[in-house]
Amino acid sequence: MSFLGYPRADGSVGVRNYVGVISTVSCANDVAHWIVQQIKGTASFLHPAGCGQLKPDLEIATRTLSSIGQNPNLAGVLLVSLGCESTDVGRIEKEIAATGKTVKKVVIQKAGATVALNEGLLIAQELVSQASQIRPREFDDSHLVVGVKCGGSDTTSGLASNPAAGAACDIVVDNGGTCIFGETTEFLGAEHILARRAVNKKVADKLLKIVDDMEKRARASGGDMRGGNPSAGNIAGGLTSIEEKSLGAIAKGGTRPIQDVYNYGERVRGKGLFIVDSPGREPEFLTALAAAGAQVALFSTGLGVPQGFPFIPVIKITGNPVTFQRLPDHIDMLVEMTAGKGSGLKAIGEKLYQEVLAVASGKQTKAEILGYGNFCGLYTLGPIV
Amino acid sequence: METKEKAVVLNEKDNVATALADLEAGSSVKVDVGGRMITIKLTSRIPFGHKFSIACIEAGAPVIKYGEAIGNATTVIGVGDYVHVHNVASTRGSTGRKGGAA
Repeated sequence: MSFLGYPRADGSVGVRNYVGVISTVSCANDVAHWIVQQIKGTASFLHPAGCGQLKPDLEIATRTLSSIGQNPNLAGVLLVSLGCESTDVGRIEKEIAATGKTVKKVVIQKAGATVALNEGLLIAQELVSQASQIRPREFDDSHLVVGVKCGGSDTTSGLASNPAAGAACDIVVDNGGTCIFGETTEFLGAEHILARRAVNKKVADKLLKIVDDMEKRARASGGDMRGGNPSAGNIAGGLTSIEEKSLGAIAKGGTRPIQDVYNYGERVRGKGLFIVDSPGREPEFLTALAAAGAQVALFSTGLGVPQGFPFIPVIKITGNPVTFQRLPDHIDMLVEMTAGKGSGLKAIGEKLYQEVLAVASGKQTKAEILGYGNFCGLYTLGPIV
Repeated sequence: METKEKAVVLNEKDNVATALADLEAGSSVKVDVGGRMITIKLTSRIPFGHKFSIACIEAGAPVIKYGEAIGNATTVIGVGDYVHVHNVASTRGSTGRKGGAA
């Protein structure tokens, strides 16, 4: 099977063809936002990081912004810098340029935001003109890079939409493509089961370590991830144990072997199923998927959530028919509540996979049409100082 | 949208089914276990999203859903019995302990 995509100089394939306008620090967000408001064909990346953070967090911010710029859905990149930020803008510029993309920069502290805006508008216009000359062509589906996420979960998530997303993931992997999932917090209690699927002991150990580290960080902040999980609400909904809750969550990643575990903000390289160490919260996790190089995201939900991403189509699926009816502006597809089992599951996975190919080839998702998803997150481990 | 099946068994290794509607005590429910239809008579009311046993589970034996152990039975669980925190204990962390994250 195949899809229509945009060839990139580094061999990757975009499914959208935006010029990325990336703010390199929270204080530069407004100028990046202004430029995107005016210039068609651009997409912004706005976030709260890049200054007043400790060294490990600045490293996360720098590598994430660099990886975001390298995402194949961006044809070119305009960086909007403040000037005195603590992210390594030179490194971001250099690493994005190494993928063969045109990278330009405007700096607010040189002559103020209005001048940076004027320069930025002209540059963005020129970059969009260049991007518009790249013609989409057919690519084999082994070029697909699909991210998977769940959020606003309810009882139907573990029964229907997560197993359905997992079945689609299995097809992506079987056809030679790449699938990425994460949300380390959701592995808790089922990490031993996930670790059995790692391709070797090194990868299994990495997986167990990211769960252990996450629990340690929670304890250091006065929380306990295992105690009180499942929550009273989970129990009322029918979830009996932390294993059951996590098995329902990790079902979205499918059943194939786990090739490797990456850090937050790193670009995933290779084919098959991968994990990115990440929190479960939507803004930070969708950023992790974009940084990892996902072209398309599958988002499984029960209660229904609105988030998309500025330059990645996010396909929302639910197993809850009430949510599907209530939120026609957000949910792309309803899957049957008995999707989770045997033969029906394969058919649902196939249907979802066809939707992924259609969206990759240009079909707009509900979140894209609505323009929901302009404000992104960027994970931090430590305090803001 | 109407769901025809009233309960789902997610993996053929499972010894529990999940209710897709509120099910009454004493009612008989047909479930599909890997293509094989079996009928289970419920010993108590099972709310939507909650579980009942489709096989006898000995005390201390694993309760299986998604083809994996979700905890151990704390008492013998008969066919058609309600399966939840009152007769299952997690082996990976406490069940319903107070405090911590939601």
